[in-house]
Amino acid sequence: MDAVATIPPFEAFYEAHAPEVLGLLRRRLGRDRADDAFQETFLRALRAYDRLTHGEHLRAWVLTIATRVAIDAHRRAGEPTDELPELEHLDGRPAHEELAFLTDALPPTERAAVVLRYGYDLDYVQIAAALDSSADAARQATSSGVRRLRRRLT
Amino acid sequence: MTVPTDLDRRFRDAAVSAGLLDVSYDVIESDLGPLLVAVTDRGLARLSFDPEPEAQLEELARLAGPRVLRAPRALEATRRELDDYFSGRRTVFDLELDLTGLPVFTVRVLDELARVPYGRTATYRELAERSGNPRAARAVGMVMNRNRIPIVLPCHRIVGSTGELVGYGGGLERKEKLLRLEGAIL
Repeated sequence: MDAVATIPPFEAFYEAHAPEVLGLLRRRLGRDRADDAFQETFLRALRAYDRLTHGEHLRAWVLTIATRVAIDAHRRAGEPTDELPELEHLDGRPAHEELAFLTDALPPTERAAVVLRYGYDLDYVQIAAALDSSADAARQATSSGVRRLRRRLT
Repeated sequence: MTVPTDLDRRFRDAAVSAGLLDVSYDVIESDLGPLLVAVTDRGLARLSFDPEPEAQLEELARLAGPRVLRAPRALEATRRELDDYFSGRRTVFDLELDLTGLPVFTVRVLDELARVPYGRTATYRELAERSGNPRAARAVGMVMNRNRIPIVLPCHRIVGSTGELVGYGGGLERKEKLLRLEGAIL
């Protein structure tokens, strides 16, 4: 069995991912609005950080939080929101690649939940933080996403 | 892409204001060179002469939790008191200290250490006596050696039985400089 990655001190996590998060937010929101979203993204991550159970896939996790924060910002501004397209390009993990064609048609929240759970093996606490909801809600979104996939496949 | 300094600073300040950090640290300049200082919500938990935070992040996380962030705003009182101390305006620190997790004997020794006044010295043996165990001079030496908060907990004021400086976690040169600053040696 592989050793589970321990949770790095937040400073190391922040230094490793802050530039990429800012890049994503600037592409999504433009330079001006990206600043507030950057702060919100890392405050959300900080709020959930001491409840993480392992340090795997933290990059996918924080980019999902950032994507979610960007969607919230679009919503508040009354702009149309897209799905979560950035998520597909996070890394080349085969498990996730195989999921992509299945999950593309799911509603955004269910899709994010299913991909984070089964593509990245995150736990429900991490997924909840990424989606800004509770662990129970994350579990529900995942299982209703899986049910929807099942109906589609049978 | 680099994160602009003001944006970076805004996030670090917001993390402090929101009370979300287990450990806040900063590196501050002093007459003894750069010092790494770290606080928890209980008080000052670490002062180190090794200013390389990267080497110490894991250790800081073990003090109180993984939410460790360089956050200068949380260290303002610490910085002010240390500045005052080094410029000779302050002889007693008023900072709260976080000694969580230390063994009972260690805490007793550190309590006694804190009572050794500015500008004075005591021997390892005397400190052992005051801590209730006259034969524990060697153990007292170990406690001094592992002191997590030097300067503020003044292990530099503890010397050998004939007044020789013996040793110091930050190097004898620093010990001598501190005692000279306090007027304990000429």
